[in-house]
Amino acid sequence: MSEQKTIMRHIPDRLDSPLHSAIFSWQTLLLTVAIGIFVINSFASPYFLDPWSLSDATFNFTEKALIALAMALVIISGEIDLSVAAIIALASTMMGIALQFGADTPVLVVVGLLSGLVCGAFNGLLVTGLGLPSIVITIGTMSFFRGISFIVLGDQAFKGYPIDFAYFGQGYVWWVISFEFVLFVVSAIIFYALLHKTNFGRQIFVIGNNPIAAQFSGVRVGRVKFLLFCLTGLMSGVAAILLTSRLGSTRPSIASGWELEIITFVVLGGVNILGGAGSILGVVIAAFIMGMVTFGFGLQNVPGIVMSVFTGALLICVIALPIVVRRFRKGAIE
Amino acid sequence: MSQPKLSLSGISKSFPGVRALDDVSLELYSGEVTALIGENGAGKSTLVKTLTGIYHPDEGEIRIDGEVVTLTSPHSAFELGITAIHQETVLFDEMSVAENIYLGHAPKTRFGTIDLRAMHSKAKTVLEGMGAGHIEPATLLKELGIANKHLVAVARALSIEAQIVIMDEPTASLSHKEIEDLFVLIEHLKSEGKAILFISHKFDEIYRIADRYTVFRDGGMVGKGLLADSPQNEIIQLMVGRSVDQIFPARDSSIGEQVLSVSQLSHPTEFHDISFELRQGEILGFYGLVGAGRSEVMQALFGFTRPSRGQVRLDGKPVNLKSPADAIKAGIVYVPEERGKQGVVADLPIFQNVSLPSLHEISKNGFLQLANEFALTREYTERLDLRASSLSQHAATLSGGNQQKIVIAKWLATRPRVIILDEPTKGIDIGSKAAVHEFMGDLVGQGLSVVMVSSELPEIMGMSDRVIVMREGKIIAEHINDETLDAATLLRDAAGIEEVAA
Amino acid sequence: MRWLLRTREIWLGLAIIAIIGGTTLRSSNFASIGNLADIFNNTAMLMILALGQMVVILTRSIDLSMAANLALSGMIVALLNSSFPGIPVPLLMLIATICGLAMGAFNGILVWKLDIPAIVVTLGTLTIFRGVIFLIAGGKWVNADQLSPGFIEMTRIQLLGLPLLSWFAIIIALLFFLVMSRTPIGRSLTAIGINPTASVYAGIDVGKTKFISFCMSGAAAGFCGFLWVSRYVIGSVEIANGYELSIIAACVIGGVSIAGGVGTVGSALLGALFLGVTNSALPVINISPFWQMAISGGAIILAVIFNSRGSGNKGRIILRQEVPKV
Repeated sequence: MSEQKTIMRHIPDRLDSPLHSAIFSWQTLLLTVAIGIFVINSFASPYFLDPWSLSDATFNFTEKALIALAMALVIISGEIDLSVAAIIALASTMMGIALQFGADTPVLVVVGLLSGLVCGAFNGLLVTGLGLPSIVITIGTMSFFRGISFIVLGDQAFKGYPIDFAYFGQGYVWWVISFEFVLFVVSAIIFYALLHKTNFGRQIFVIGNNPIAAQFSGVRVGRVKFLLFCLTGLMSGVAAILLTSRLGSTRPSIASGWELEIITFVVLGGVNILGGAGSILGVVIAAFIMGMVTFGFGLQNVPGIVMSVFTGALLICVIALPIVVRRFRKGAIE
Repeated sequence: MSQPKLSLSGISKSFPGVRALDDVSLELYSGEVTALIGENGAGKSTLVKTLTGIYHPDEGEIRIDGEVVTLTSPHSAFELGITAIHQETVLFDEMSVAENIYLGHAPKTRFGTIDLRAMHSKAKTVLEGMGAGHIEPATLLKELGIANKHLVAVARALSIEAQIVIMDEPTASLSHKEIEDLFVLIEHLKSEGKAILFISHKFDEIYRIADRYTVFRDGGMVGKGLLADSPQNEIIQLMVGRSVDQIFPARDSSIGEQVLSVSQLSHPTEFHDISFELRQGEILGFYGLVGAGRSEVMQALFGFTRPSRGQVRLDGKPVNLKSPADAIKAGIVYVPEERGKQGVVADLPIFQNVSLPSLHEISKNGFLQLANEFALTREYTERLDLRASSLSQHAATLSGGNQQKIVIAKWLATRPRVIILDEPTKGIDIGSKAAVHEFMGDLVGQGLSVVMVSSELPEIMGMSDRVIVMREGKIIAEHINDETLDAATLLRDAAGIEEVAA
Repeated sequence: MRWLLRTREIWLGLAIIAIIGGTTLRSSNFASIGNLADIFNNTAMLMILALGQMVVILTRSIDLSMAANLALSGMIVALLNSSFPGIPVPLLMLIATICGLAMGAFNGILVWKLDIPAIVVTLGTLTIFRGVIFLIAGGKWVNADQLSPGFIEMTRIQLLGLPLLSWFAIIIALLFFLVMSRTPIGRSLTAIGINPTASVYAGIDVGKTKFISFCMSGAAAGFCGFLWVSRYVIGSVEIANGYELSIIAACVIGGVSIAGGVGTVGSALLGALFLGVTNSALPVINISPFWQMAISGGAIILAVIFNSRGSGNKGRIILRQEVPKV
C-alpha cells in the first residue's frame, strides 16, 4: 500500500493535441461546408464576389445571428427561448411609442435595450423563479409580447424615425463594412470569451449536462439561467434596434417566424438541443452558411420558401448523421 | 416440494468495473416464501432486474418448472408469470386503480376495445379476493396511500395470474398495521400456491413470514436453508462475514477539538431532532437501513434542503446554510450517494469536473486559467491514485471507482473542514474501495473531519471512530467503536429488533 | 373520483360559461343557439388539431409541424381537385388524411429510430413541408373557381342544424375518446408519459408508442388540411401559418402538461373552445381583435402556472405519522 503511494502515476493533460481535436471537430466540418458553398456561389453567379453584394448579404443574417449567440447559451444550459422574435416586436413597438413622445436617437436605443432586458427578465423569472418549463412559458410569452404590439399598433405602423437612427441598420463603418456586421463580429468575440473562457461559461455547460450535480457542486443554477434569459432578451433588444433602423418602421408582424430560424442557426452550429454541448464558433459559421445560401439562392432567383426546404433538411440531416454513423460503427464492432 | 418452481443456477452479471452477480443460485418453491437477505450492494437489485427481464445475465440459466427459459424483455418475464412489486412502487399515479391493475392485459370487447365494465368488475373481484375491497377500481392511484398502492401492485400480480411474485422491500414505508395487513395477504398468496421472493432487511419480518432464506454477499450466494433450522445470529454472521479482500488501514489519528455541532435539526417529513457533534480528525459513521433518513440529514447539512428547525455550528459559531454554495464556503462538502446523478458531470472532462467548485480560486477576474486548472486537478487526482489516460478524458468513460475519486478530488480541492461521504464505496470495485478507505485515513490524519454514511457494516466498523445509528428519521443509538462493539448490535439497532438469546 | 383532473376541467368550463355570460350582457344575441353553434363550427378544426397534439404531448414530445402538414395535405387535395374534378370528394378526404399520416409517420420514425428530440425533428419538417407546398404548386394559389362545388360544399352541408364541419369535429372527438379510454394504445400513450420506466416494466415499447402518437397527430392535421381548404376556399403556402402555436396553446390552456402523462380528450376540447369563445367574444364587447394574441398568450402563462401548483417536490416521507407523545 505504501509503495503505491510513493509511485505517483502521471496523467497527461490531454492525449490529442488541440490541433488534432480541432481538425476533427464539428466546426471544421461546418467550415468546409461554408467554403464549399462560397465556391459554388462564386461560380454560379458573377455578382456573388462583388464586395458590395457580399456586404448586402450579411444584412440578412446578422440580426438573427446576434440573437443566436445568446440563444446558444440558453440552449446549452438546457432551456430554450421561443419568444425572441416577439421581444423584437415589443421592443420595436416601445421605441415607436417613445418616438411619439419625441424621443431622440440615444433615448430610442435605451428604450430598445431596456424593453428587451425587461422581457428577458420576465421569462427568466417565470422559468427559474416559478420553476416552469421554458418551452411552454416562452410559447406563452411569445404570444403575449407580440400581442401587446398588436394591441398598440393594430394594423398601423410607426414611421418617421430620426435620420441619425438609420445608421444602426443602414450605416457603414468603413467602405463596405456595415455597422451591423462589425457589431456582430464584436459580439461574437465577446460571447466566445464568455462561454469558453470564463467561470460563468463553464457553469453554463455544467448546468446543461447535469443540473443536479451542478447544484450539488455549489453552482447557483437558478441565477445563471435567469441571467441567460436576461441576456437573450437584451440581444433581442439589440436586434430590434438594428431591424427597426434598417426598415425605418415598426409593424407588429416584424420579425415573425424568426425564432425558428434562430434555433436552426444554433442547432446547425452544433449546439445540442438537449443542452450541455456547443460552441460559439460553430454558431457563427452556421450563421454565415445560412446567410450565404439565402443570398446564393436569391441571386439565382430561387424564392425564399424553397430555401426553407433546404434549411429543414439540413437541420435534420445534420443531427441525424452523427447518430446514424455511430449506430453503423457500433454495428460493425459487434 | 421436490421440484422448485423457479431455479437460477450459475448466474453471473458484470458491469464495467463491477461484478454484480457472481455465479449465484436461487430456488423458489410454490406455496412458499423465500427471503433474500444481504447488505446493500450484495446484488439483490441486480437479481431482481435479471428476473424481470431488464438485465440479461452473462452466464447461467433460469428454469421454470424445470424448463430452461430466457427472459429477453420485461414483457417476456410478464408472459412467463413473473411479476415484481418494487421498492419504489412503479405504478402510474395519474391512472385509475383498475387501469393500473390491467395495463397491458385489459379485458377486451368483441371490437377489440377495452371492456371498461369488465375491467372494473374484475378489478373489484381481485381486490375483494385479497381483502382489499375498500379500494374502488375507479379511484386515481395518486389518491391512495403507500400501503394501498402496494395492494394495487399485488392485485396486478394476481390479475396476471403470476406464479412467481417478487417483493422488493415491500414494507419499507408501511406502518405496523399496514405491514400486518400485507402479511395476511402474503399468506393468502402462499395458499394460492404462488412462489414468493421476499426481500427485506428486517429480521423480525423475515422470521415472521418466510419459510426459506438465501443470503447474498458481494454479488455471491453465501448460504441458504430453512429459517426454522437457522437462528438469527447465524444468518447475521453469514450476511456480515467480513470478506477477506477488505483490509482497513490502521491509523493513529489524534482526535482534537470539536469542529461541527448539530443540534435538534428537524424536517417535517424526513427527520426529527438530529443532534450530534464532530471533532477534528474524527471519522463519524452513520449506520442505518436504506431510507432511514441519513442522506436527507446530510443534504440538509449541505444546504440542499431546508430543515424546519435546528442549528448548525462550525467552530462554535452558528452558520446559516441556505444553499450548497454557502456550505462549501463554510467548509462543509458532501460526496453524494447518487454518483451518476448528483456527483459527476458525465459528459465533461475530468479536469472540468474537479475544478467545478473551485472555479473562483483557479480563475482571474472571472476568466478561466487552464494551467491552474490542470495543476489543481493533477494535484488531487494523483493523490487519489486516479486511473485515467488523460485529464481531458470524459468522466463517463471511467469506472465507478474512478468516478468516485473524481468526486472526492473535486471536494478536496476546495480545502474543506468537514467532508461528508454518503455511501462512498457503493457499487465500486474492491481496489478502488481500498484506495478510498486509505485516503479517508489520510484525510483525518491531515486534520479534516469526516462524516461517513454507509450501509455496509464492515466499512462502518472498519473505518469509524464513533457510530451513530439512525432508524426512521431519528437517531437511535450512538456507540464508541472499540473492541466491545459488534456488528450484530448495530444491525439490531438499525432494524429495530430486540436482542434475542443466542 | 378523478376529481383533481375534473376540477381543472370544471374551472375551465366555468370560465368559458362566464365569458359567454359576460358577453351576453353586452349583446343578448351572443348566447343564442345559432351563435353558439357558429362558435363551435369556427373552433371545429382547432379542436381536431388540439386532440392530435395532445396525444403527442402526452408522450413527452411535441409536434411543431402540424400546421405545415395541414397546409401541405390541403394543397395536395386542392391541386388534385382542380386538376381532376372527377375524384370523389370523400376519397379526397381520405387522401388528405393519408398524406398527413405519412408526414406524421416520417416525424415519428425519426423520433423512434434515431432518437432525435421531437422538437428538432418537427422544427425541421415544418420548414420542409412548407417549402414542398411551394414546389408542388409552383408558387401559385388554388382559388375558389378552381375548386369543385362538391369540394367547397363538403364542410357546409347542414345536418340536423349543424354544418358537416361541426359533425366531423364531434365524430373525431368521439373517436379520440374511444381510442384514449378504450384501447390498449390509448393506455400506453398515457402510461409512457406518466412513467416511462414503469411502462417498460409493464411491457410497453416506448419508441413505438411515440411513433404511433405522431401518426395520430399527422392524420389529424392531414384531415384538417382538407377541411381548411374546403372551408376557407383557398390553398396556398401561407395557410395556417403560425397556427402550430395556437394548437399548442389550446392544449396547454386545457391543462395538458408539457411534461407528459397529463391530459384528456376533454381538456384538449375545452382548451380549444376557450380560445374559440374568447375570439368570438372580443368584437362583441368592443375590444379590438388585436387583443386576441396577448390574451391567449396570457392565458397560456396563467394555465402553466396554475397547472404547476402543488406538483412540487415535498420530500420523502420517512418519519412515521404518529401522534407525538407528550
